[in-house]
Amino acid sequence: MVVIDRNDGGGLDLEVVAAAHEAALGRVKRRIVVCAGTGCVANGSLRVYEALKKRVLEAGLSLAVEVDLQDEKKKDVLISRSGCQGFCQVGPLLSVEPEGILYTHVAEADVSEIVERTLGRGEAVERLLYRDPVTGQAKRGRGEIEFYARQDRRVLAACGLIDPEDLHEYIAREGYKAARKALFEMSPKEVCEVVKASGLRGRGGAGFPTGRKWELALRQAESEKYIICNGDEGDPGAFMDRSVLEGNPHSVLEGMIIGARATGATLGYVYVRAEYPLAVRRVRAAVEAARAAGLLGEGVMGSGTDFDVRVMEGAGAFVCGEASAMVSSIMGGRGMPRPKPPRTAEKGLWGKPTVVNNVETLAQVPTIVLRGAEEYRKTGTALSPGTKTYALTGHVANTGLIEVPFGATLRTILFDIGGGVLGADGKPDNAAFKAVQIGGPSGGCLTKEQLDLPMDFDSLGAIGAMVGSGGLVVMNEGTCMVQMARFFMHFTQNESCGKCVPCREGTRQILALLDDIIEGKADESTLGLIEELCESVASSSLCGLGASAPSPVLSMLRQFRPEFEAHVRDKSCPTRQCEALTPLAIDAAKCVGCGACARSCPAGAISGERKAAHRIDPGACVKCGACLGTCKFDAIKRGIV
Amino acid sequence: MKTSAQTEARRFETVVEILERYERDPSRLIPILQAVQEEYRYLPEEILAYIAVSLGLSPAKVYGVATFYGHFSLEAKGKYVVRVCAGTACHVKGSKALADALRKELGLEGKRKTTADLLFTLETVSCLGACGLAPVMVVNEEVHGLIEPRAAVAIVRSIREKEAADGGN
Repeated sequence: MVVIDRNDGGGLDLEVVAAAHEAALGRVKRRIVVCAGTGCVANGSLRVYEALKKRVLEAGLSLAVEVDLQDEKKKDVLISRSGCQGFCQVGPLLSVEPEGILYTHVAEADVSEIVERTLGRGEAVERLLYRDPVTGQAKRGRGEIEFYARQDRRVLAACGLIDPEDLHEYIAREGYKAARKALFEMSPKEVCEVVKASGLRGRGGAGFPTGRKWELALRQAESEKYIICNGDEGDPGAFMDRSVLEGNPHSVLEGMIIGARATGATLGYVYVRAEYPLAVRRVRAAVEAARAAGLLGEGVMGSGTDFDVRVMEGAGAFVCGEASAMVSSIMGGRGMPRPKPPRTAEKGLWGKPTVVNNVETLAQVPTIVLRGAEEYRKTGTALSPGTKTYALTGHVANTGLIEVPFGATLRTILFDIGGGVLGADGKPDNAAFKAVQIGGPSGGCLTKEQLDLPMDFDSLGAIGAMVGSGGLVVMNEGTCMVQMARFFMHFTQNESCGKCVPCREGTRQILALLDDIIEGKADESTLGLIEELCESVASSSLCGLGASAPSPVLSMLRQFRPEFEAHVRDKSCPTRQCEALTPLAIDAAKCVGCGACARSCPAGAISGERKAAHRIDPGACVKCGACLGTCKFDAIKRGIV
Repeated sequence: MKTSAQTEARRFETVVEILERYERDPSRLIPILQAVQEEYRYLPEEILAYIAVSLGLSPAKVYGVATFYGHFSLEAKGKYVVRVCAGTACHVKGSKALADALRKELGLEGKRKTTADLLFTLETVSCLGACGLAPVMVVNEEVHGLIEPRAAVAIVRSIREKEAADGGN
């Protein structure tokens, strides 16, 4: 550990650390960054990392695995690990600086060639470069790849480039300067003011103005206050917070320190999902490093402010993402929400004022304090300033984590950054685009008609969708919307905490009605009943989980009504995803007439002469599928009519 | 040979250590239960009662918390916990077929999640945040992305073979 020079205030001298870090990086000839985010680790990036270290030493090159500020020796290669670089699909990712080469799908077997050609001769290994999915052209670095080039990465700027476990590297990128400014040059009120003026809105879903939340907590005349970083990212299909916590945990801690200064909080909690073990580990490491450097604890950075942070792992309850439920969970109870008011900013942990902010919101704060509200407002729209990260997944060519200014259109996100929608054959085919689900189980779906809608809090809210936490799940024409509506309702029904009746019983009944549709037991009155129930659940539930639970169903019903009607009226599933509604048929060319299927049919719907092709009577068939398993010749199929 | 009383005493020694680590603070009940589950792979009933008394909480309160959160299990889990992600992206990319294939391979019927030999527990989990690699399966801590049902079954089989070979030694 480097000896950190302290300035007159007794705090950490950020400029000295930054200069020392820069000088140390200057002693390194090349730097290789191996992505060690969840996705790339799953694809074997840590094995690549180990193999690379071994091969570099075998090649007789001098190697460093961390930036040692006091090691004066020059190094040929620095190999570091980063957090999520966002382009998980083509991982493991590996980049080489200063050449700016990005390698994709790197395997252990590729390591020797990288060392020999790229480190030895400075040339790129062509076959490991990213290829444009449409033109097939090889792209050398991030600047040339549409996926990265069309983004505006701010919160994610350092994610995937820096070593998240190296505090000095964060400091070298102006880290903790904003915290110092807030602690030494600004009053709590001034911090609230600048955040209010920036128009920053909570990135967790509802978009509540952060500055106003802080101001409310500041006004509370209590000596004991708390700040919670909400990293309980439970929306299925969303991993923005995971990536920020894995890739740049200090930016979140700095946001918390500034929030503590603004509100008067003396203790903070980072509540992270236990499903994110890597994020938990990185945040814990960051807290320890910050504490050791005097950035947390008594007299933060030599100021008169005391502030410390504890990390708590969630235990698998989606509802804990709701502020009052999270408060209850941190105090050791069942994570159940309570009626509001009072808001948690007035009465939260142990009855004291408690501010709950989302991970991404906190990561935006340092820039605002450092550069000012006006600068921040230059990006995004008037009512939704700044940028938003989205997790782009599903039937899209480039899946991964992206960041764009508020107001960017779905067209840009899907077709430019996402590289296009994937059709049934897995090839890009934008005509196959059906819908995108935004905001997960609390949000709604967008269709072709909304491709040019500016994406921000208000325009999405106006059409019954929401930004939510930012999961974008793309669906192509082969996706059944009734099945998707059921999927989300099943999720919320399962996660309903059971405290209030409308949510506990209502979600169960909506789910049962959707099951009726899928099983062919519904009629046209079912749709009206679903709508009626959805209205009641939305208007009478205790917390946001119940209030927004009907949103996906209502949104899908509104956008795809004919598809729902086909299910209930014609008993047919246009995408042939609902088994009970999809007819079975025998392929006469493959059928040998063995009769096995006819013997298995409980409805006696299969007939035919022995050794001649059999047929299924669609009127008598109950679509159970019992015959499917009996055919040894693969002659029975669902969906050939 | 240890007597059962000694084994029992050792059982509680670990719990005492965990309780001490969290300063017997009742507000830290969840981290305490997490640590206990890490140790025993589930929450044995007698240990829940012991924790309740030690923290000055009612057994009902501890039981309430233990049953509220999805991660806690009151039944013994298998040595290998196989989790199939049921998040939206995985669902869209066919995670149901993956779960069905594994259920069939492990011979799990109805509501059973754990195999009779306590080797495997099959669970679905709501989004692991590795959506770029959908569908995803996790075996203990190891993540397998972009996985086909056939490959998932092969992984389970290789674990079973490895265990059988180790058991024979």
